[in-house]
Amino acid sequence: MSSIASTTDTELGRDARRLPGDPDVWIFIFAELLMFGAFFVAYIVNWMGHREVYTAAQTTLDRSFGLINTIFLIVSSWSVVSALKAARANRPRHVAPFLGFAIALGISFMGVKYFEYSAKLDSGIDLTTDDFHMFYFCLTGIHLLHVIAGTVILIVCWTNARQGAYHRDNIRGLETGASYWHMVDLLWIFLFPLLYLLR
Amino acid sequence: MIVILRQPHHRTLLVLVLATAAAFWMRSDNLVGLGIGASTLAIAYWKGRLVILDFMELRHAPLIWRALIEGWLLLVCGLIFAFYAVGQGAL
Repeated sequence: MSSIASTTDTELGRDARRLPGDPDVWIFIFAELLMFGAFFVAYIVNWMGHREVYTAAQTTLDRSFGLINTIFLIVSSWSVVSALKAARANRPRHVAPFLGFAIALGISFMGVKYFEYSAKLDSGIDLTTDDFHMFYFCLTGIHLLHVIAGTVILIVCWTNARQGAYHRDNIRGLETGASYWHMVDLLWIFLFPLLYLLR
Repeated sequence: MIVILRQPHHRTLLVLVLATAAAFWMRSDNLVGLGIGASTLAIAYWKGRLVILDFMELRHAPLIWRALIEGWLLLVCGLIFAFYAVGQGAL
């Protein structure tokens, strides 16, 4: 478990025990994790009291949408890691394509969410339908706002990368954007099983 | 394929995709019960830890930050599992 990936200090190109990116973004990330953690616990506590409602409502979700979006975010996170590795290896021209791929996957995530929300609203289901759908629309909606913000951050990084800005000696901005994007991925890793799978 | 998997982040990607497929399969095969739910949560915990350590690179971060984020993961997963088990009548 502990060694699926073991990025060495040599690969990182600097001393051990270093926080990637701007330390301030990690305070923000931790605050976001605490907020979503409270949402997750609130959801499961509410599930305890309304299991039948949740089980029936969950059947209206298309799990394939959730699966596709999970894969989109996982692959986009991998692509951002690949961009970082290219910058650290002093191959600045290889950074932008990886970021562009991650941005495309982020936009694809939004597209899937658009179809998912449209199907629900067209069939008369909204956040007032029942407790499950209240949580479903609120949690995925707040997460979607984070996907949009993360995609905008990646677009800024991509614009810089196209000008060759990221290389071994200038990596902090890219690390900061990458850390935020991985947080968006991490949050969805819990939203997917909570809303689509667990019953 | 084997050459590609020599890169740690490629291996992490493969494991994350396979774990996602496993969790999806468990649900789509209409398996039910505490064991299935617990397995789904365990997979989510494992995937989350891989993202934290390998993608967010906290494996090499100062210990306080690694402890904070991994602590969050453990706490949230523990609470979700505890309430889920109570809901299933197991606790």
